[in-house]
Amino acid sequence: MLTHAPASISRRDLLKAGGALVVSFAFAVGPRRSEGRGAAQTPASSGNAARPLDPGEVDGLLAIHADGSVTLYTSKVDVGTGLRIALAQMAAEELGVAPTRVSVVEGDTSLCPDQGGTGGSTGLTRGGTEIRAAAATARRALLELGAAQLNRPAAGLTITDGEVRPLTGGAGVGIGTLIGDRRFALKVDAKAPLTPAARHTSIGKPLLRPDVPDKCTGRHVYVQDFTLPGMLHGRIIRPPAIGATLVSVDESSLRGIPDTRVVRIESFLAVVAKDEWAAVRAAAALKATWTNWEGLPGHQGLDRYSRAAALERDQSIVNRGDAPAAMRGAAKTLSATYFWPFQSHASLGPSCAVADVRADGNTTVWCASQGIHGLRTNLAKVFGLPPEKMRVIFLDGSGSYGTNGGDHVAADALLLSKTVGQPVRVQWMRHDEHGWDPKGPQQLLDVRAGLDAAGRIVAWETEMWVPNAAPGARALVAADAARISQEHGTGSGAITQNGDPPYDTDHVRVVAHMIKETPLQLSNLRAPGKIANVFAVEAFTDELAAAAGVDPVEFRMKRLTDPRALEAIGRTASAFRWEPRTSPNPRARQGNLLVGRGIAYMRYKQAENYVAMAMEVAVDPASGIIQVRRVTCAHDCGLIVNPDGLRNQVEGCIAQTLSRTLHEEVTFDRSHVTSIDWASYPILKFPEVPAIDVILINRPDQPLLGAGEAATAPVAAAVANAVFDATGVRLRTAPFTPERVKATLARG
Amino acid sequence: MPQYTFRLNGRPVSVESWDPAQPLLYALRGPLALHGPKFGCGLGQCGACTVLVDKTATRSCTLRVSAAAGREITTLEGLGTPEKPDRVQAAFIAEQAAQCGYCTNGMIMAAKALLERTPKPTLEQIKQGLAGNLCRCGTHTRILSAVMRASQQV
Repeated sequence: MLTHAPASISRRDLLKAGGALVVSFAFAVGPRRSEGRGAAQTPASSGNAARPLDPGEVDGLLAIHADGSVTLYTSKVDVGTGLRIALAQMAAEELGVAPTRVSVVEGDTSLCPDQGGTGGSTGLTRGGTEIRAAAATARRALLELGAAQLNRPAAGLTITDGEVRPLTGGAGVGIGTLIGDRRFALKVDAKAPLTPAARHTSIGKPLLRPDVPDKCTGRHVYVQDFTLPGMLHGRIIRPPAIGATLVSVDESSLRGIPDTRVVRIESFLAVVAKDEWAAVRAAAALKATWTNWEGLPGHQGLDRYSRAAALERDQSIVNRGDAPAAMRGAAKTLSATYFWPFQSHASLGPSCAVADVRADGNTTVWCASQGIHGLRTNLAKVFGLPPEKMRVIFLDGSGSYGTNGGDHVAADALLLSKTVGQPVRVQWMRHDEHGWDPKGPQQLLDVRAGLDAAGRIVAWETEMWVPNAAPGARALVAADAARISQEHGTGSGAITQNGDPPYDTDHVRVVAHMIKETPLQLSNLRAPGKIANVFAVEAFTDELAAAAGVDPVEFRMKRLTDPRALEAIGRTASAFRWEPRTSPNPRARQGNLLVGRGIAYMRYKQAENYVAMAMEVAVDPASGIIQVRRVTCAHDCGLIVNPDGLRNQVEGCIAQTLSRTLHEEVTFDRSHVTSIDWASYPILKFPEVPAIDVILINRPDQPLLGAGEAATAPVAAAVANAVFDATGVRLRTAPFTPERVKATLARG
Repeated sequence: MPQYTFRLNGRPVSVESWDPAQPLLYALRGPLALHGPKFGCGLGQCGACTVLVDKTATRSCTLRVSAAAGREITTLEGLGTPEKPDRVQAAFIAEQAAQCGYCTNGMIMAAKALLERTPKPTLEQIKQGLAGNLCRCGTHTRILSAVMRASQQV
């Protein structure tokens, strides 16, 4: 059914049948057409067509077709990050083809080996590095095949424009001719020689992302756009209190809404309808009675709640030297407490999934999950379906920045399809996404440091109160409501990293007090934990610099020796036109405004990217509004694969985290989340957007590092430090709302 | 069922709806099979569903289908294609002014209406013109550059 289309990474709607859109990837040549995403009725067991689903096998990660085009297979998914083009560039570099000849099939459990979920900035560090190694392994094999074909030694050959050719010139042979759609049957050799940086022709180029033209013209197919013949639209009716149970339902309240059916399984309550608007209307109209439940502490005073909460255990994160003893011997000690609230992924489009559970157990789920293999395992286990008959397929959703409502809505759709025996599409409403997406956790940090008479940091202690990461899969809301037994993991990512300073000091202790219970369900939210931890560490470093009477840039640079750290800070200060002086700003007043500048620096996870960031802010003391005027950021993530994609990510990290820093806090009362739309959970708006200057430091001789998260981490501290410079007061609780700024200024 | 007739991307269309209060968005995405306008909030707060109604940027998630009758509706698909993009679309592509792209429809449609009113806007006018459109990925600076680029080609 699928038409022949030029090789490209973008997906196209190729077929409209019976009013329903069937979606497929476009592929250049025959054999892969059967693997397209329109293979809606293809059972999981037949999707693989005998390719190995092993990331240790070259054939698991890539295929070279008879026409010389290349397909990559990966469980890493492009959530608007530019992963598709970057992976294509990495593979193209080793295979000697143009990146436009490389397609990417991402996030399909029947086609893509499990390279882990998409998170922790591992898309390129793991996904890309493994694919590049597979391509380099394939290159070596292609050179050997070419050597036999051309009757020349492999050492005298290269691959250019998709042909194995003699280095000295002369006739070559196409890689499609050498291997076309046959197996390499080789293990990926992680040590296969890579093309040296000096000869890169694809890596390092600012190539345009192939999905952007379709996104700008309405052609790009999101999971929200995906439909199947005979599909019903579902909407879920969540309880008015998180822990409430369903008492009764009055179906007569749906009178007048056509072709609508109520589905009730214990406290899982939903409607399905042929017409989407009917489902929406029915979900709003359905009268249901629920028990009362008031098990939440409320968001007010969550810092006190965290400090007093029952602990699962204490965990030593860093313990170097003897911090308590060194603290006692310090000439001067300082301490401060920082707090970060619950935040939502707040995806712009509510989560959506389509599920088709067949009577024979064959199940396909289309969703925007960042972890398709893990989701398949969990869905199969929870809903009692055979995993080998289940296929989970990623389609782009609205940006997720971690685990938003996407896994939950997949469970909603699956449970409904299993129950009604038809394909079901569920899209959450706005209040579902804001109210029920798993949240990034609240974090409370006490920080103490001791300085000696010369201003050296002789001791540093951080105590953090964070939710415990109970092992196991995160509970699916639908399964809990339907009283289906499941695991109740509470992992929210590596939230205890970057709680120690990157600066020279012999005695450091970081302890995490792991809180037993969490009021709201948690998941990984972009740069898990690191934004709050770096906020505390870098704002407190600024407090130390001010106490020592030293310029904040100088204070940091004097305590660092790593040349990459020094270059990041130095280039930031220089591009920002940083004027060395102590804070606060002696000439802060500009009319009614108070103006200042701040800097923050961190090395992500203390092992990855080097990021320094300077900001200028203007604070209106009358309104409490902080206007961030300009941001300068130097970013070193080693080898740069695609500088434009990278720049887009760094800019996005900064703007999104400004939003989280200035505006975002999940509010809740004793029963439910009360920040359930864009009025009650405001995010950054255009008039607030500063000028953002990003300096990319490329290190072609160094390993590449991920870039989807790192630049988020210094943002809050840079803002807080700039506000101190402008006003002389410290903001230690996020978000920095006008009310909080005014109250802090009033306290002085 | 009642029928509602309007012009969509230059062509007359009719849709049936059992409910005159049904938002236009559901007609566009459902029977009319368009994907440009997106459901973001259903509350008129985010702008992802923006279409042009007689050249005015309008939230299709809160506009009744009955109120669209007799009007000229333009969606993202009505502006151009990947092969032949409109100048605003071309500027967004050139600036790579999208990450996830879910808000992009609203940004382009709002920019289109803004440039219709103000062909050479200042940066501040663009910021104000897009103040009601939310972007979650933080692509703001690219979007501003794209609108600037589009306006300079007028």
